[in-house]
Amino acid sequence: MSGDSAASETGARPDADARPAPDEQPAPEERPHPEGRRNLEGIRIDPVVEAEHESRRAVISALVEDEPGVLARVSGLVSRRQFNIESLTVGPTTVDGHSRITMVVEETDPGIDQIEKQMAKLKPVISVGEVAGNAVTAELVLLKVQADDPAAVHAVTEMYDGRTLDAGPRTITVQLTGDEARIDDALDAFRQFGIIEIARTGQTALARGDTPTAPGEKPGTAGEPTTHDD
Amino acid sequence: MSDTAAQPREDPDGSEEPTEGSGDAADTGAETVSTGADSVVTALEAAGAETAFGVQGGAIMPVYDALYTSSITHVTMAHEQGAVHAADAYGVVTGDPGLCLATSGPGATNLVTGIADADMDSDAMLALTGQVPTEFVGNDAFQETDTIGVTRPITKHNYFASGADTVGDTVGEAFELSRSGRPGPTLVDLPKDVTQDETDRTPGTATPPPGSDPDPNADPDAVEEAARAIEAAERPLCLFGGGVIKADASDAARTFARTYDIPVTTTMPGIGSFPEDEDLCLSWAGMHGTGYANMAITHTDCLIAVGTRFDDRLTGGIDTFAPEAEVVHVDIDPAEISKNVHADYPLIGDAGHVLDQLTAAVREAPDASAWREQCAEWKETYPLTYTTPEDEPLKPQFVVEAFDEATDDDTIVTTGVGQHQMWASQFWTYTEPRTWVSSHGLGTMGYGVPAAVGARVAADTMGEPDRDVVCFDGDGSFLMTMQELSVAVREEMDVTIAVLNNEYIGMVRQWQDAFYEGRHMASDYTWMPEFDKLAEAFGALGLRVDDYDEVAPAVEEALDYDGPAVIDFHVDPEENVLPMVPSGGANGQFATAEDQL
Repeated sequence: MSGDSAASETGARPDADARPAPDEQPAPEERPHPEGRRNLEGIRIDPVVEAEHESRRAVISALVEDEPGVLARVSGLVSRRQFNIESLTVGPTTVDGHSRITMVVEETDPGIDQIEKQMAKLKPVISVGEVAGNAVTAELVLLKVQADDPAAVHAVTEMYDGRTLDAGPRTITVQLTGDEARIDDALDAFRQFGIIEIARTGQTALARGDTPTAPGEKPGTAGEPTTHDD
Repeated sequence: MSDTAAQPREDPDGSEEPTEGSGDAADTGAETVSTGADSVVTALEAAGAETAFGVQGGAIMPVYDALYTSSITHVTMAHEQGAVHAADAYGVVTGDPGLCLATSGPGATNLVTGIADADMDSDAMLALTGQVPTEFVGNDAFQETDTIGVTRPITKHNYFASGADTVGDTVGEAFELSRSGRPGPTLVDLPKDVTQDETDRTPGTATPPPGSDPDPNADPDAVEEAARAIEAAERPLCLFGGGVIKADASDAARTFARTYDIPVTTTMPGIGSFPEDEDLCLSWAGMHGTGYANMAITHTDCLIAVGTRFDDRLTGGIDTFAPEAEVVHVDIDPAEISKNVHADYPLIGDAGHVLDQLTAAVREAPDASAWREQCAEWKETYPLTYTTPEDEPLKPQFVVEAFDEATDDDTIVTTGVGQHQMWASQFWTYTEPRTWVSSHGLGTMGYGVPAAVGARVAADTMGEPDRDVVCFDGDGSFLMTMQELSVAVREEMDVTIAVLNNEYIGMVRQWQDAFYEGRHMASDYTWMPEFDKLAEAFGALGLRVDDYDEVAPAVEEALDYDGPAVIDFHVDPEENVLPMVPSGGANGQFATAEDQL
């Protein structure tokens, strides 16, 4: 017999009624309860300094195998887990068969930690991590404005080191690159002309200096491709 | 079951040349293959697969043809959902990945629920799905589904087989990946041309993909820090999850807890990791766990959690979960660390290895005698209980206890999902791992009968035909997958199915009573068929029980019957599962009566 039930050897009913009835037990509110609490991220709350995490922007870089569906796997993971993603870019690296995915997210520290860990579980992901420190970031933007005042549009384009890609009697299309603050400033300046359409690539990033952009990545020198530990 | 002649198939080309690009072929002794499907089966055999569950169909026919002469035993199921649950249960009982097959389109989509179930419970499994020929993929061809797209979020990884030369390696890798690290389901989608095309390449030795087989040992410094925290604890508590069982770490878990005299709770998937009849054991915690487990988990100051993902059914509200405990969290998956509950001492590694490390690192047992006395007192105060008045219908808990009394410790219990599942977990005393087979994370109604088929095959495969397999099912759950009874009859499987029939979707009815003012919208199942008669129609033994006095004889008759038996127990329709932690509530504030909800 595997149980310690009070049933008799004859197979008669177990003696369930011998156990204390529910109304003989302390009610929920009569039981002792600890005073401690956890926050919604499961962290014990220090009653003196309550731990609350603010969201912050983070740039996450991942080296991935160039196999079919890798972007779908990453984007599916992000959407399924309700991470707050601002941009996602992908492109080849100096290593054949590898791509770099750059993701900008707005999350709490535990959320950023989860994104990295969950991405690391995906089979095509070789390595992933937050780009350390103040990374070099840039974005490419195409915008089409009304051509009522071509000279003024040209002046603003020059001011932000942009390039005019197309100019017609009714519209002018401009290319801008730069970090997020610069792009935002430029868009504010172009708004006066009436922006008709806009296309932004989202930010891409590399770590500054000798720091590898993704963990384990070995930046190459002239003539050598970037490699990875494994 | 299918013939398992295991005779090498003649090479149609008569070639005896060594295969090109298959350096491992000589090492494995594998035969030369001639089609992609042969390569698939060769890879499965080489990986150690012994049993497959599935349903035939157009796009998977080449693989089935290759199975004709294979050593792999194939069990034809009535429905693909039955195949995937049976494979899941087979994997739970044997510890090896379960294997299931389905054809393309509806065959593949019928696997989806079971794959998701295995994914939520981290069960190792390989699903092979047929697919339309490569040239038709994406054209909405007959019986085409984007199986890769559909199953991407519910698999550990899925593969689209791209050619006959590589498909064997792909299948071998998928099989190994499913059980490496944190186990989980994998899938290989097999276009028909890939399995039909000829190949002279024998698959190499199967290995998991790089990076998927993590270091089993935790960082020694982190282990030392955790050991100091455990030594200093006044109210230490072990929480053993399903990961302990998957890692075959029950012995290590028992050694650790017994060596340092630390009370133990389990999660529901962790049932069987520690004997529930030992004084140290507080049974399982969570929504319908024992009151004493929930009191302990609420008041512990050091929670040693092993192989658990802190599901909300365990934790209740996160803010009140083990609110004063430092948490030592052991897990093979780094992503589980601090996902739901912050780990003060994260230990990433295999449960067995890390428990051994901890056992060695803890030098002195924590001074917890008062705590153990408190836990014992809670066991006295909040026992699992029910009443058996003479003038009321049969109580379902009584049935579970009667079966427990009549069977051995190694009996395998499978369940559907609902009230009966909770009673089967509460009122059966589990003492051994891999004897509790249930759907936890996904909560799949209908899991029980196909799981019983899979468990029966597993026990037989393991050379243990005398082990009993008992399925506790609800009337609603049974009706969902009872067609698999036909498989049990055909294969003369010795399984006993106890339907706890209350003519309700019982758990829904219980929640409607508690939280929806008793409005029984769509939970009345008063049109249930007579299951004993249906069992007889299938060719099984069918019994019906309405009264207490009939229980023991019926249990005895069903267990003695050499084949599938169904007992339709008509139980008290108003009986509720208690104790209960209201969803999102505090574990320590479990209700022991309906009016406390």
